Amino acid sequence: MLLAVLSGFLLAVLTPFLHRLSGHALGWVLALLPASLAIYFASLTPLVSDGGAVVMEYPWLPGLDITLNFLVDGLSLTFALLISVIGTFVLIYAGAYLRGHPYLGRFFVIMLAFMASMLGLVLSDNLLTLFIFWELTSITSYLLIGFDHDKPEARKSALQGLFVTTAGGLALMAGLILLAVMTGSYSLSGILASTDPLHEHALYVGMVICILLGAMTKSAQVPFHFWLPNAMAAPTPVSAYLHSATMVKAGIYLMARLNPALGDGALWSTVLMLFGAATMVTGAWMAFSSTGIKRVLAYSTVMSLGTLTMLIGVGTELALTAFICILVAHSLYKGALFMVAGIIDHGTGTKDLRQLGGLRRAMPFTALFAGLAALSMAGFPPLFGFIAKELALEALLKAPLWSIGLTLATVLSFMLVVGLAGLVAIKPFFGAPVKTPQHPHEAPPGMLAGPAFLSLAALGFGLVPFLPEAAILQAAMTRVAGSPVDSYLALWHGVNAPLLLSAASFAVGIVLYRLWPKLQPNLFAMNSAGARVGPETGYFRFMEGISQVAGWQTRLLQNGVLGHYLLVLVAVTFGLAGFTLFARHDVHLALDLGGSRFYEWGIAALLVASAVFSCSTHSRLGSVASLGVLGFAVALIFILFSAPDLGITQLLVETLTVVLLVLVLFKLPEFVNLSSPFERYRDLAVAILAGVVVTLMILAGLETRYFESISAYYSENSAPLAQGRNIVNVILVDFRALDTLGEIFVLALAAVGIHSMLKLKAEDQHKP
Amino acid sequence: MKSNTLILHTAALFIMPLQLMFSVFLLLRGHDDPGGGFIGGLVAASAFVIHAFAFGQDATRRVMRIWPGDFLAVGLLLALASTIPALLAGDPMLTAHWWEIPLPGDDYFKMSSVLVFDVGVYLAVLGTLSIIVIGLMEAEE
Repeated sequence: MLLAVLSGFLLAVLTPFLHRLSGHALGWVLALLPASLAIYFASLTPLVSDGGAVVMEYPWLPGLDITLNFLVDGLSLTFALLISVIGTFVLIYAGAYLRGHPYLGRFFVIMLAFMASMLGLVLSDNLLTLFIFWELTSITSYLLIGFDHDKPEARKSALQGLFVTTAGGLALMAGLILLAVMTGSYSLSGILASTDPLHEHALYVGMVICILLGAMTKSAQVPFHFWLPNAMAAPTPVSAYLHSATMVKAGIYLMARLNPALGDGALWSTVLMLFGAATMVTGAWMAFSSTGIKRVLAYSTVMSLGTLTMLIGVGTELALTAFICILVAHSLYKGALFMVAGIIDHGTGTKDLRQLGGLRRAMPFTALFAGLAALSMAGFPPLFGFIAKELALEALLKAPLWSIGLTLATVLSFMLVVGLAGLVAIKPFFGAPVKTPQHPHEAPPGMLAGPAFLSLAALGFGLVPFLPEAAILQAAMTRVAGSPVDSYLALWHGVNAPLLLSAASFAVGIVLYRLWPKLQPNLFAMNSAGARVGPETGYFRFMEGISQVAGWQTRLLQNGVLGHYLLVLVAVTFGLAGFTLFARHDVHLALDLGGSRFYEWGIAALLVASAVFSCSTHSRLGSVASLGVLGFAVALIFILFSAPDLGITQLLVETLTVVLLVLVLFKLPEFVNLSSPFERYRDLAVAILAGVVVTLMILAGLETRYFESISAYYSENSAPLAQGRNIVNVILVDFRALDTLGEIFVLALAAVGIHSMLKLKAEDQHKP
Repeated sequence: MKSNTLILHTAALFIMPLQLMFSVFLLLRGHDDPGGGFIGGLVAASAFVIHAFAFGQDATRRVMRIWPGDFLAVGLLLALASTIPALLAGDPMLTAHWWEIPLPGDDYFKMSSVLVFDVGVYLAVLGTLSIIVIGLMEAEE
């Protein structure tokens, strides 16, 4: 299992070499991996088809309670199968779609990394691992949306998708940690198995809000739906895979996954039903008023995601059965339709539905598969979409809460979806041929394989729904519901209310399709007017606000005057430290100076004198030299109190510091007084504050001891354990070698920084 | 920057090699007596600084033969390499490993991953300081 999840990353590393070896067949070669993964996942289904779960354990960071455990059950396997099967065809499709693209290798690297992350996400048992894979899908999605990085539009959309999903990701992390705090376990299987009613917990509300923020941003629920249509800037294989079939369903997966644990609270179901229904209607509405075929599909994806969320919220056995069916049906037909959209774009050079028509002669196979997939989308028998739609309507009619409102919203959306299905499957292919930018031609087999398989699967699932049901879907429903679900999927349920509603939505949908050319411009104008107060405007306002705040605080704090930086740093640090010291600790001066020798007084006097001199002198060189004297005096103290290593180091560092300072000072202009007396007294006050606080802290530290000093351990064990008698060096290179390793890397960074700064300066001077 | 005093020229010629030898001595004795890679690196760097003050940074770079950044790189690599024995043995990172290599006579050489690490620290400190000092002197010119 570990290999199955991580193999995508491994193959991604090898892709550039395979690209050189296999050339144009790269898509077919890489598709072997998801294909074999699909077979592997299919072979696991008998283990869990009774609704059970298997946890496969692999330790990762045992100290942090982070494992690479995988939770295999009906739900995760359903997702894993969708990811790997659709992934297979998307890779084949992409190989043909992007044939000859200069960055084809790069594209496949990210696609494979995404696939592996997505598999990790749905299979992880550990909350933190799930979160890591979750963020990885956001990052790979960002890279894929911005794949055409020379287009500003693509870059903007990519950033928008990234900001929205990672902002949600942050909330999700907080939510998952809260969940772990509440249940005492980071393991999903443990959380799902526990029977404590979580909704009575004090943290329940905050946790649910955080987790839902994560899930709803990822799955493009209102009001975060705007990033998904913009993500269509990505190449079409990406839209087909990430932004319809898999990644956007990650939020849906999480909600379904946690439904048994969190679903018993009223908050959960109300929020999901409300936002789900709003998303559903918004998506269907926006889709109907768009003209680009990819935008239509993107908004209809938003609509489906809303339906799924709403069904989880309804939460009855029937609703969850419908949820799983819509999930599968949507992935199949939407994957196929997106690939069809890519074929149309590829073959004709346009995505605008208004400029498409009569392509059935030029693209007979594409037309056939598009028709099948669209029938499933519209919910026409005998396709799987029909079963899913009937179940959803039946579930809503029997919903315990808001049944009538939800049913009406759903019927309205389904009417629009029937119209949409016509738009994507009838409009481009039938009617009078329209002149397109390129002469239309049928797609190569690599591009047809995906639509063919997925639309035929939609047909097959519809004809024999009991086969997938018995294999995995019923187990998935059971896992979402948290208790055994006794579903019965069949094509024909007799003449009942859902069937009548379906028929009605069909009739209205066909009328809507007929009216679309007239309605669309008006709707579009209406939406544009509404967009001024829409969530996307809010997003842009928010981003502008962030950069304004950043600009303001940069001007305030980083105004370029070094003295100012120092003042702020010192005042804040020692102000806070001093406040804590006085607030938490009784400060009393118990200083016994009785045992001090006269030369110690001498060194102290030297220290003070050199410090005062270096501050008050008007000669830079004098100031540096007296700083050096100060350093040497400190070194003397080290040596007097028998720390020879420290003393030597201090001496050497002081010497070199003075050398460096002199080298720098050489270049500086004459000493001038830029500060006013007030500023100098203010600086003096801050400096004295810092000195007093440090002194008090040292004195306080001397008389307080929370722990036994560790020095005894070092001096006892230095020779026997580390074979060295010089404790300081043994600590540096053995006991605390990791610290030293970090420090020399910091040194290296500093050196690189100084080097490049000097070089840049030199280059600037050479320029005219 | 280049000084023209005879005293500094003559002294630097003697001091630099002595100081470099002393830095290696400090590096190697460090485990038992005051010294070690950090101090050794500082001493070695100041040897080059004296040389540079006397003869200019061009001459010093010729004496060093390689770019000071390479000292730094090799130092970091050595420090990383010293983690390999622990990795192979399955111990926590940077666990010390010791090998006693017999020498002619009754003596033996105490070789250890710690020594490799300390040499890495020595070179890293030397490289960092040389980059900074030589870079600054270059900027002067």
